[in-house]
Amino acid sequence: MTQNKPAKGTNFLANLTRNQLFIPVAALLLLLVFNLIMDPNFFKITLDHNSVGDPVLSGFLITILDSGSELAILAIGMTLVTAATGGQDISVGAAIAISGSVLLRMLCGSNTRPETLLMPVLVAFVITCVVAMLFGAFNGVLVAVFQIQPMIATLILYTAGRSIAAWINNNELPIISEPSFGYYGGFIPGIPVPTPFFIAIICVILIALALKFTTLRLYTQAVGINEYSAKLNGLNPVFIKILSFVILGLCVAVVGLIKVSRFQTINYSVIAKDIEMDAILAVALGGNALSGGKFNMTASIIGAYVIQCLTTTLYKFNVQSDALPAYKAIVVIALVVLSAPIVREKLSALMPKPVAKEVA
Amino acid sequence: MADNVVLQMRNIHKSFPGVKALQGVDFTLRKGEVHALMGENGAGKSTLIKVLTGVYGKDEGQISMEGKEVLIHSPQEAQKNGISTVYQEITLCPNLSVAENMYIGRLDNIYQNWKKMNSDADKILQSLDIPAKATQQLSSCSLAVQQMVAIARAVDTDCKVLILDEPTSSLDEQEVEKLFKLMRDLKARGVGIVFVTHFLDQVYEICDRITVMRDGKLVGEFEIETLPRVQLVSKMLGKELDDLSDIQGEYSTYQNKEGEAPVFEAEGLSSDAGIRPFDFHIRKGEVNGFTGLLGSGRSESVRAIFGADRILGGNVKVNGKPVKIKKPIDAMKQGIAYLPEDRKRDGIVGDLSVRDNILLAQQVLRGFLKPFTKAEADKIADEYIKLLSVKTASADTPIKSLSGGNQQKVILARWLLTHPEYLILDEPTRGIDVGTKVDIQKLVLKLASEGMSVTFISSELDEMLRTCSRLIVMRDGRMVGELSGEDLNQNKVMNTIAGGERE
Amino acid sequence: MSKKLKNMSDTNLLLSITIVVFFAMYLGAMIFQGAGFLKAQTFFNILNAQASLIILSCGMSLVMITGGIDISVGGVTALVSMCCAVYLDYQSGNVFVAVLIALLIGLTFGLVQGFLVAYLEIQPFIVSLAGMFFARGMTTIVNSNPFNVQNEAFVALKGTRIIIPGLGSVNKLGKYVNAYVEIGVIVALLVVILMFIILKWTKLGRSFYAVGGNSQSALMLGINVKRTKFLSHLICGFLAGVGGFVYFLHVGSGSASHASGAEMNAIASSIIGGTMLTGGVGNIIGTFFGVLSLSTIQNIVSSAGLDEPWWIGITIAAMLCLFLVVQSIVMTVRKKQTVQ
Repeated sequence: MTQNKPAKGTNFLANLTRNQLFIPVAALLLLLVFNLIMDPNFFKITLDHNSVGDPVLSGFLITILDSGSELAILAIGMTLVTAATGGQDISVGAAIAISGSVLLRMLCGSNTRPETLLMPVLVAFVITCVVAMLFGAFNGVLVAVFQIQPMIATLILYTAGRSIAAWINNNELPIISEPSFGYYGGFIPGIPVPTPFFIAIICVILIALALKFTTLRLYTQAVGINEYSAKLNGLNPVFIKILSFVILGLCVAVVGLIKVSRFQTINYSVIAKDIEMDAILAVALGGNALSGGKFNMTASIIGAYVIQCLTTTLYKFNVQSDALPAYKAIVVIALVVLSAPIVREKLSALMPKPVAKEVA
Repeated sequence: MADNVVLQMRNIHKSFPGVKALQGVDFTLRKGEVHALMGENGAGKSTLIKVLTGVYGKDEGQISMEGKEVLIHSPQEAQKNGISTVYQEITLCPNLSVAENMYIGRLDNIYQNWKKMNSDADKILQSLDIPAKATQQLSSCSLAVQQMVAIARAVDTDCKVLILDEPTSSLDEQEVEKLFKLMRDLKARGVGIVFVTHFLDQVYEICDRITVMRDGKLVGEFEIETLPRVQLVSKMLGKELDDLSDIQGEYSTYQNKEGEAPVFEAEGLSSDAGIRPFDFHIRKGEVNGFTGLLGSGRSESVRAIFGADRILGGNVKVNGKPVKIKKPIDAMKQGIAYLPEDRKRDGIVGDLSVRDNILLAQQVLRGFLKPFTKAEADKIADEYIKLLSVKTASADTPIKSLSGGNQQKVILARWLLTHPEYLILDEPTRGIDVGTKVDIQKLVLKLASEGMSVTFISSELDEMLRTCSRLIVMRDGRMVGELSGEDLNQNKVMNTIAGGERE
Repeated sequence: MSKKLKNMSDTNLLLSITIVVFFAMYLGAMIFQGAGFLKAQTFFNILNAQASLIILSCGMSLVMITGGIDISVGGVTALVSMCCAVYLDYQSGNVFVAVLIALLIGLTFGLVQGFLVAYLEIQPFIVSLAGMFFARGMTTIVNSNPFNVQNEAFVALKGTRIIIPGLGSVNKLGKYVNAYVEIGVIVALLVVILMFIILKWTKLGRSFYAVGGNSQSALMLGINVKRTKFLSHLICGFLAGVGGFVYFLHVGSGSASHASGAEMNAIASSIIGGTMLTGGVGNIIGTFFGVLSLSTIQNIVSSAGLDEPWWIGITIAAMLCLFLVVQSIVMTVRKKQTVQ
């Protein structure tokens, strides 16, 4: 969404590598090329019919589009929190569990196998949004008012979240049989593209509009870069930080809806497990500094799909889902080590030196 | 006399990107003397000290101790060479006990003998008459006592050179007395003491020699008896006494109407930044200034006006109407603008573009839902870049990559864009080139002639006299004088700053 | 506030709060819930179950005192359990070598994480988050199915009980049952004592506090800040190895889901025990009582009839939240007092 105008007279390649979109796009291409060489079946997309007889697309790329969309939605909120506070929210997975639980509770009440839904999905979803935003605000207050580091502050919800989720439904696992509820995380009859992708597009459009028609970007960046200066320009850093957590809460509610709709039920200890790691990774892969400040939303969103592409690739090579984190951890460490100021300094000190010696 | 010299620095050069912080500075310290290092902010005193203590490396020059050249790369090496430093900001660990702070990092044994350490520490504290117990946690002591603990640590290391970098800024009179007694004891033991301070009284009470610096250069070394106060001030500020430079009048003065209420008026205003309650007013089209040495409270006063610190009390009227200013946004809504003293910390938003930095304040005033369109933003940014002739590659360039003077112009543009009625400029010309300085002064006079009220603060008296029609003199957090008309001349101002003593 | 309270160091103030809270809680449990809590074995069972957490928390407190954090300890515990289990059963290995394996795994994690944090200056949270995910993932890669260890020497060691004379009780059948603790408890107590001595009586121990209090000042005071930070992570990693083995000894099985959430419990115990997140303040004795408080409240919650699984998570989080906010407020108030 931000365009880095190339300065005149510099070479094209240098500009390309300097662009923030370069890293995620290059990583995506790399992964795709890797898959092309290893097994072109990766790109196969087939049009099947599901059990109800509706046309659905399937294939690895569709999986990426599908699951990556959840991550992309989270990445939107995570990017804002990172930019404003210079820290990350590690409670999103637990908060998704809460959102999903609230949604089911609203739709099912105390009956775990309801024939009909208690209220329209939309109404239940709005209530879920409010709850998720309140939890976001709770994190935000701990960070902005009590000045607790974001990761520690969100540790509280991380610890309690799944328990709260279980408590909301008395540890029951309601199952919704109403087929229309499955549209949000699956397919709308007649449309072979998974719905989460459309939801992600809506979210992206919304945030694009918000960034265009409000001063959200400027305020968030100003607070993230220089809080003192922002304050002297009449901004309220406390409010901006809480706001970023509330927006993330909204994203969490949306993902909660998709997740619950996909399975038509919930598993408190498994739903959205480790998704915080992926969301943070998406932000980092998008070239956004984890210490806050300037951000590039487009890069984060592409980053989310890249992460999903990595996950799917690993799955395809029969890596167990529980073993995935080990590989991703290596990617994280490689990323943070490469972006550490000290390493960068050393690298750039290494580069020009031999040249200088030759000249001398 | 040469035998007496304990520390000698010759022809020291040091530059930072874009700034020559030290240019050929010499400094000589003799045994058993207290040597004041004086100069206004940015003169290079602290750079010189940091070079001496190994925090910065020097680009050129020699340092020798007792005739032998030494190389100092880190604070630890300085300590080993017998140079101890007490910094202005306390560099102790607040969570440790007083005794630990005196000994940590100095002893070689693995085992920590609390009993011996505490009794040793208590002995030193007693002998220096410091009101603290060895076992007390440092953070429970007052700042003054913490400062004295730092001195006690330095004293105990058998140092040959003791550097005190503005140690008295947080001490009250009695505590300063104690410190002076300590300094005299050390002096009698033959320790050479470098004393950096802004308080002239203290210099004349305790020091034997003065070295004055200005703009990274040595002005000279003087015996205390040969340098009267007013001359010291003039050497620091770089102006001869009889150099009158009243060249105001290029711009017509704004004509006030009869019975017009002051644009801004404050009564008993005070904030938590340590200034006494003060009264202040400014008329439409007036340019006035706060003057005084660094730390006198001039910046704190204007910050209180803008609501930048926590306001503790006072009544404020804008155009005769009582208003409440608690936060910067309140002041901005009343048409007040404030260009802060510390450009890097409070002014620029480093990673943002020049355009965003110009627009920031006006955007906040416009509100959350009314962002400037890209076309508007470009137009405004280009207009102000041109108006103030900011030198930048483009409006997209991050502000942090601009030179200091151009950064300052951008911040000035930011506030001019809000079309303030009352503009406060705190050190707008610090660390920027002469050309830009003159531009800014002219701009101030032009704006005032068009009816804007301006408060101008500068360390350079010359600048203040050139632009202001009224000067408020501050010392030690309170207003000590107000000068206007006939009284606006260097002699008078320097005398008032120096404390009324006449030569 | 009395002057005595004001002159108390932050560490001692928070330590006293923790000890008072623990004894009040335990006393309350004895009075209101009686039965179980009156038996000494109930207390020893808490120790038996929490021995590994005590060791992990000691490492966590050390890192937190130095101003960092390490959330990989739970993952390392799981990895250690799995590696030792696989080694003992599939390769019919030696118990002593298993101990060495455990310590080596811990040290490796400490070494790598310490290097990244101290010398490359990467945020400890990110580093150890990656460490945690790596350890958990590796555990599955080593072996994905949980299983009980059958190795005879190990089972014998696991079953070893150390009888505490005089504190036994009479069971329902009228038979006198001795009170006992497991080997792990002895190890945990040794670790607590050792860590206490290091932190209190050695130069190195004090430099952990100095670096956590103000690393810039510590540098000026002549302390090697990078090395100190590195050592704190190294020791924490080593203790995670020790704690991992003690955990393994207690449960006697390998599983990828072992010790899940242990890192959060360790952080919570440290915070409840009076260790400040901001560094420089904390005490191992406090951490010890922090672990006990945490498990006592879990026992109280479950014996009060709130035995649904979620209550434990919620109680821990609530306690953590409470102590965090109290710390934040206490320190703000103290700071203001000093300034005035």
